[in-house]
Amino acid sequence: MTLNRRELLRNTVASAAGLVVAFHVPRIARAAGPPAPAIPPLPPANAFLRIGADDSVTVLLAHSEMGQGSWTGLAMMVAEELDCDWSKVRSEHAPAAPVYAHPIFGVQMTGGSSATWSEFDRYRQVGATARDMLVRAAAARWKTSPAGLKVANGVISHGKDQLSFGALAAAAMALTPPKTVKLKDPKEWKLIGTPVRRLDSPVKITGKAQFGIDVQFPGLRTAVVARPPAFGAKLAKFDASAALKVPGVEQVVPTANGVAVVAQHFWAAKLGRAALHVEWTPPEGGGVDTAKQMAEFHDKARTPGTIVVEKGKVEPGLAAAKTKLVSEYEFPYLAHAAMEPLNCAVKIDGDHCEIWTGTQFQGVDQMVAAKILGIAPDKVTIHTMFLGGGFGRRANPTSDFVAEAVIVAKAAGVPVKVVWTREDDMHGGYYRPAYVHRIQAGLDDKGRPVAWDHVVIGQSIVAGTPFEGMMIKHGIDPTSVEGLADSPYLESTGAVRVSLHSPRTAIPVLWWRSVGNTHTSFAMESMIDEAAHAAGQDPLAYRLGLLKEKPRHAAALNLAAEKAGWSTPPAAGRARGLAVHESFGSIVAHCAEVSVDQGRIRVHAVTSAVDCGLAVNPLSVEAQVQGSIAYGLSAALYGKLTLVGGAVQESNFHDYPVVRMFDMPKVSVHLIPSKAKMGGIGEPATAPIAPAVANAVFALTKQRLRTLPLKLA
Amino acid sequence: MKLDINGSVREVDAPPEMPLLWVIRDLLGFTGTKFGCGMAQCGACTVHLDGQPVRACVTPVSTVGTRKVRTIEGLSTDGSHPVQRAWAEADVVQCGYCQSGQIMTTVALLEQKPDPSDSDIDAALSGNICRCGTYVRIREAVHLAARLSRGGAK
Repeated sequence: MTLNRRELLRNTVASAAGLVVAFHVPRIARAAGPPAPAIPPLPPANAFLRIGADDSVTVLLAHSEMGQGSWTGLAMMVAEELDCDWSKVRSEHAPAAPVYAHPIFGVQMTGGSSATWSEFDRYRQVGATARDMLVRAAAARWKTSPAGLKVANGVISHGKDQLSFGALAAAAMALTPPKTVKLKDPKEWKLIGTPVRRLDSPVKITGKAQFGIDVQFPGLRTAVVARPPAFGAKLAKFDASAALKVPGVEQVVPTANGVAVVAQHFWAAKLGRAALHVEWTPPEGGGVDTAKQMAEFHDKARTPGTIVVEKGKVEPGLAAAKTKLVSEYEFPYLAHAAMEPLNCAVKIDGDHCEIWTGTQFQGVDQMVAAKILGIAPDKVTIHTMFLGGGFGRRANPTSDFVAEAVIVAKAAGVPVKVVWTREDDMHGGYYRPAYVHRIQAGLDDKGRPVAWDHVVIGQSIVAGTPFEGMMIKHGIDPTSVEGLADSPYLESTGAVRVSLHSPRTAIPVLWWRSVGNTHTSFAMESMIDEAAHAAGQDPLAYRLGLLKEKPRHAAALNLAAEKAGWSTPPAAGRARGLAVHESFGSIVAHCAEVSVDQGRIRVHAVTSAVDCGLAVNPLSVEAQVQGSIAYGLSAALYGKLTLVGGAVQESNFHDYPVVRMFDMPKVSVHLIPSKAKMGGIGEPATAPIAPAVANAVFALTKQRLRTLPLKLA
Repeated sequence: MKLDINGSVREVDAPPEMPLLWVIRDLLGFTGTKFGCGMAQCGACTVHLDGQPVRACVTPVSTVGTRKVRTIEGLSTDGSHPVQRAWAEADVVQCGYCQSGQIMTTVALLEQKPDPSDSDIDAALSGNICRCGTYVRIREAVHLAARLSRGGAK
C-alpha cells in the first residue's frame, strides 16, 4: 500500500481551519475522555502504513520523535495487529496534513505525554485494517474464504501455500477497507507489553540520523539572526556594511524584530553577525529584574488571588489548628536547553513553501507559515526531522523559530536555514515561568492537615496565545495549578483555599517538561514532608495515612520505599527522601538517597515506582523515567536563569549547568502492573525528583531548602 | 588546504580560524558530528585527531595539519564497531543528538583503558552532556563495549 498524497488529502476532510482545541486536557476531563461518536470511523490505513513489494512495513508517525520513543512504540501497535515481521518494520515522520491531527487535541502535535495512550486505538486499528485487506487479497488469490487463512510474521498461509505481505500489497490496496475491525485480546499480544529495542538506534549510532540542523541541499544558505538583547527591547536601526564584507556573507535582511545575516555557511553567518552594527531601544520601564520580581511575588503571595479551589472556612480553620506552618517556595525561570539548538530551513517557491525542522507542532507551524506568506495551509509542506530534544520548546503556539525562518527566507529570496547558537537558544525566551508558592497549613492534634491556604503566583503559559480562550476558565490557567488543585493530600482536608495570581511580563514563557507540575509537586511534597516532621512522624507513614483513599499513590510510595530499603537506615552520611506525584495520567514515586560532600548535594541513588497503566514498551518506559530524573535533577541542582534589565545573564552550559555523567545517580525503575487507564510517561517522572531530593537533604542536614535550585546554607 | 578525514584526503577552501566542526559539517557534509555549544562545554562535536578526542567546535581547522580526523562516519557505516553494537544492545539513544560525541569519547576511552572503572567513565564522559539523560544506559553500554572490544562474551 502506498500513500498517495493527493488521495490522502482528498479523503480527509479539510479541517485545518479551526482544528485547534485545548491540548492540555485537565485531569478530570481526561478521565472522562472525549465524547465518542456512535460508530467511530476507522482511520484511513493508507495514510499511516505502506507495505512494499519487498515486504517492508513503513509506519507513518503522526507524532515527532524527540527521544521519547514514539518511533518504536507507535510502530509496535501497528505491527501487533498486522502480524508482520518486526525486522521489516521502519518508521518515518508523516507529512503535515489534517489526517494526522492528534486524536484528542485536534491539531498535529507532540506533547502532553500523550502519544502512546492517545494513539493506542488508532494505530492498532491501522494494523488490523491492513491485515484484513491483506487476508482478503490472499483469499481472492487462492479463491478461498478468508476465515481459513493463517497470518504470522508477514506471511499468509493456506495449507501449504504461502504468500508474503509484499506479494499481496498491491492487490490489498485495491480492496475496499473494512467498516469495522476486531482488535486482539490483550492475551494474544506478542509485542505490546514486551521490551522492544528502538527502531531509530541504527541511524543514531552511525551519525546518519537527520536532524533539522543537518538539512543541506544545493542553494541552501545559512542565516544567523541578531535578536533583541533584552525582552522588551526593539530594533532601532542597523548598519550592515561591515557584515557584508565578511567573506561568505551574501545578504543582511531585517526580521520582525531583528537582523538576519545570510551566508554560505554557519561560520560566515556567525562572523557576519558579530560584525553587524545594531542599535536597540531598551525595554520600557527598564525590563524585568529577577531580584525585584521575586520580592514582588513574595509580597503578592501574602494576599489571595483568583480562587481556584475553596472549601470550608480557611481562616478560622488555621486559627483553630493546633500547629500552624507557613512556608514559601521559590522557582526560577528555566531554559529547556535541548542539545540541538533551534533551527529551521525554509524554501519558498511561488505559492508553495517547504519547511524542514524538528518540531512538536506541525499543525500550528503550518498555519503560522501560511499566514505569513498569504497562502493556504496545504501549500506549506513540513518535513519533520528528528528532534534533538523537545521538552516543550519545539511546541510553541507562536511558532517563533519557524515564523522567523519563513520571514528570513521570504526577505532573502533564497532557501535559508536559520541556525541558533547555544547563546541564542538560551536567550530566546519561552521559559518555564518563575513562580512563588506561599502555603499556610494548619495541623490538628494528630498532625493531620485540617486547613490549607495556598497562594500561587507566576505567569500563565497560555495567556496571550491562541489557546487562551479555550484553556483559561474563570481567570485560571490550569497549567499554573495542575497537580495542586487536584492534590490527593487536600481531598480529606476540611478547609482549603487555593488561589492564583497570574502577572503578565515581557518574558515569553512556555511548557517545560511536565509543565506546572514542576513547581506544584515541589511545593506540595515539600510541605507535606514539613508537616510529617512537625507531627514527629515517619515521612512514609505520614503520607500513607493521608492517602488511604488513593491506593495507586500508596502502592507507588510503598514500592519505591520498599525497593530503596526504607525500613533499614542508609549508610552513614546518607539519608533518603520521598515524593509521589500524579501527572499526565500516571503516578510516580521516587525515593532519593543523598549525601553532602563539601557543601555539595550528591544524589547517589533514585528508586522509582511507576503506575502508568499498561506499559506498551517497558524498555522505553524505563528510559523515560531515567531521563526524566536527569532532567528534573538538572533543575533541582542547577537550573536558574537570572534577568537584569530584561536580559538573561546566563548564556551557555558553563553558567547554566546541567546534570552530567558524574552527577547521575543509580536509577532503578519498578513498574507496577496496572489495569488503570493508560497514562503518559514522557514527563511524569520529572516533577517528583526535586522534592524527593530536598526531603532527603532535610533528613540529612535538618535544612529545609525551599528555593530551587537547591543550595545548602 | 588538505584534510585527512575518515581515510581519505579532501581539499577544503576554508579560512584558517574556521572551526573544524563547521568544515566537517558545512563544507564536507559529514553531519553526524553535532553542534551543541560552540565552546567545548557539551562534547556533541567530539571527533578524533590521531585517535585523541577533541572538541571540533573550538579547533581551528588550520591547527589540524596532517593529523588524521575521524568522525562518527569513520567508525563504521553499519553500526558494527563494538561501541556502536554496545549502544544498540543497551538501547541507549533517545533523541540521539549527543550520541555521536558520546560514542567517539567512549572509543577513545577504551583505547586508553580497555576495562574502565565507573570513575574512569565519570572522568572521560562528564564532558559530554545528554539532556535526555541517557547516562545510566551509557554507563552500561561502555562496560558492555569494553567486553565486546576484548572479544569477550556479554
